[in-house]
Amino acid sequence: MRTTVNIITKHGDNIMSTNEMTGSEIFVKSLIEENVEYMFGYPGGAVIGVYDAMHDMSHIKHILTRHEQGAVHAAEGYAKATGKVGVVLVTSGPGATNTVTGVADAYMDSVPIVVFTGQVSTHLIGNDAFQEADIIGITRSITKHNFLVKDVKQLAWTIKAAFHIASTGRPGPVVVDMPKDVMASKAPFLYPKEVKLRGYHPFYFGHMGQINKAVEIINASRKPVLYVGGGVINSNASTELFNLAKKLNAPVAMTLMGLGAYPGDDKLSMGRVGVHGTWYSNVAVDQCDCLIAIGSRFDDRVTGNPAMFSPNSRKIHIDIDPSAISKNVKVDVPIVGDVRHVLERLTPLVNPLNTKEWLEQIEEWKAEHPLRYENGNEIRAQYVIEKIYELTNGNAVITTDVGQNQMWTAQFYKFLNPRSNITSGGLGTMGFSFPAAMGAAFGVKDRPVFSINGDGGIQMNIQEMATAVSNKLPLKIVILNNGYLGMVRQWQDLFYKKRYSHVTLGNNPDFVKLAEAFGGAGFVADKTEEVVPTLEEAMKINDRPVIIDFRTIKEDNVFPMIPSAGTVAQIIDYPKSVKELEMAKTQSEAVK
Amino acid sequence: MKKHTISILVENKFGALNRIVGLFSARGYNIDSISVGTSEDDSVARVTIVSKGDDDVIEQIIKQLNKLIDVTKVVDLTYDNFVERELVLIKVAANRNSRSELMQISEIFRSKIIDISPRSITIEATGSEQKVDAMIKMLDPFGIKEIARTGRVALKREFEGTV
Ligand SMILES: Cc1ncc(C[n+]2csc(CCOP(=O)(O)OP(=O)(O)O)c2C)c(N)n1
Ligand SMILES: [Mg+2]
Repeated sequence: MRTTVNIITKHGDNIMSTNEMTGSEIFVKSLIEENVEYMFGYPGGAVIGVYDAMHDMSHIKHILTRHEQGAVHAAEGYAKATGKVGVVLVTSGPGATNTVTGVADAYMDSVPIVVFTGQVSTHLIGNDAFQEADIIGITRSITKHNFLVKDVKQLAWTIKAAFHIASTGRPGPVVVDMPKDVMASKAPFLYPKEVKLRGYHPFYFGHMGQINKAVEIINASRKPVLYVGGGVINSNASTELFNLAKKLNAPVAMTLMGLGAYPGDDKLSMGRVGVHGTWYSNVAVDQCDCLIAIGSRFDDRVTGNPAMFSPNSRKIHIDIDPSAISKNVKVDVPIVGDVRHVLERLTPLVNPLNTKEWLEQIEEWKAEHPLRYENGNEIRAQYVIEKIYELTNGNAVITTDVGQNQMWTAQFYKFLNPRSNITSGGLGTMGFSFPAAMGAAFGVKDRPVFSINGDGGIQMNIQEMATAVSNKLPLKIVILNNGYLGMVRQWQDLFYKKRYSHVTLGNNPDFVKLAEAFGGAGFVADKTEEVVPTLEEAMKINDRPVIIDFRTIKEDNVFPMIPSAGTVAQIIDYPKSVKELEMAKTQSEAVK
Repeated sequence: MKKHTISILVENKFGALNRIVGLFSARGYNIDSISVGTSEDDSVARVTIVSKGDDDVIEQIIKQLNKLIDVTKVVDLTYDNFVERELVLIKVAANRNSRSELMQISEIFRSKIIDISPRSITIEATGSEQKVDAMIKMLDPFGIKEIARTGRVALKREFEGTV
């Protein structure tokens, strides 16, 4: 291994010392060098030495979660909200395997986290030793990279490399497995200033020839659409995106991960594209003559049937990951590079376009097919989200879980800023919202943090109430309580003749009492008129987490909807009447 | 679907080969043959994989391989001029009557007999995959007992044209 070793003195005194230190001490010093503020973790036998070294450490705050999955989602929430690397420390065996869902989640959504796992001593590896799990083997296909540290002399270099890999290029999770004996043995502490990896050279600056080709296509367009994904947020390119959209006068369609990249209340925003996106964004993508994909990956939830996706457009794709290009849909001009760098070079070269007619057309569609729901006495989830948007002026950090609650949030909370919409998009992990909100709340102190949940998903990591209470996190934990695994019920309703198979949540706990049992606050509301006053009450509590249990209408469906692998022609818009709903169902039966 | 010969240089360290093989299985790519050994630099291993796939799939394979941190170079030799060889050991049933004919066949293929017993002989052959396949076909009627093939190894030719 080639390493460039430079001694760093950033945090003062004994870092230069060539006195030998244990692996555990090197670990702590290295994290200080990486400016780690928070670490989410859970101790155990294989890392007890590491925890001992952390006993007197003051630079880094260790947050004891109540489950290792909670620790990883918290690290993800922290990373997504701040753009910094999230850090996790767990023990070997069950501690390590409990992180797997979170690591896979971070991999799918390109979240920069480093997960440190304890491991049995090197001489025991492979012996089915107590609490041994081959976490390197297990996580190989769900990490950007992983390391087993076999020699304490490699530890500092490995930590530097792990942070470097996690945070550069297309970000992602890195696992570092640390055997107990390695952490107990000694070496001098030399923290490298940089690491060189022969096989890793992320490419940031787009090829100028490709950029020029893109400019030609864009300048000839009359019906452009910017199709924007999470890559814009990862590369902190919201300003550059805004400038491009305004210069071109081009409407913007965002993926689930892209929400917040462009202000949702701007006239050019068409909201979300994809299965439960707005009617008009999907139709505009279908009918445009030039599709500019920016940090988005032509995911199947967006394209439906890829052969029929945006059939008349010339396509430009800007992405830092070469393997994302032409994976699902062939494009005319790929530009490999960091979105921000590419837009900085592209925007000055394009001409303002004459899109007047196109924008008028889109305004017409918006008027004809707006996002809708029927309000009444019983609480609608959509209404709750709209009110949260209003009460927070669109300025909150919102985490969502998976299911109907997630889709309605994406539709009705108009995210105004990047790093505000924190959700599990690629893996669709129930139980993500609440621990992710905790992580976000550690990273963001000046904006309210709301965690939106279904009554199913909240029960998957509810133990983290103890963590949130211990740390006095002023989280607003909203439960859209419909008594069902709502999204699955919706599918059974639409595609399986309403045969509700194992989707009823019959025995939900009393969430108010549950919140109080943990030492938090709890509210419940079951009428529309109570929604705003309850939210206002809850928002006054700032010294502990509060759970707000909204008993919503039970059987409501998310619309618009494009059935799997469908096309725009099959969009089912919000049914205005019962009759229309029945028609929509027959229609969706037909496309199934 | 065309057969592609992909030459990969990868850091010669713990688990690196696993990453390559794991990528093929996780993403459902096919492996016709794989061979591994150190390269000219002993900190780097050369892996030669023969894979079948449409152009789109092969393009993805190359990109995904390039994404592996431990992989330092990936070349699809298919469109280059390249030399390839495979080594095979074939144990064939042989008795007094058939032995001399087998030896003739072996000679025609410029291969070597490396083990002999009253009931069998073992032949070592190297060559292109086609040559090895042809040889196996010729030996088949005699009764092949065991075969061990190394899979293809390949290098790009230095000069265009034949050497
Ligand atoms: C860990 C996990 N298990 C199962 C699923 C499949 N799934 C997707 S949505 C959903 C229902 C979620 O119900 P709830 O949390 O009540 O949310 P709702 O849809 O009612 O808003 C399920 C079971 C999943 N996404 N994640
Ligand atoms: Mg529910």
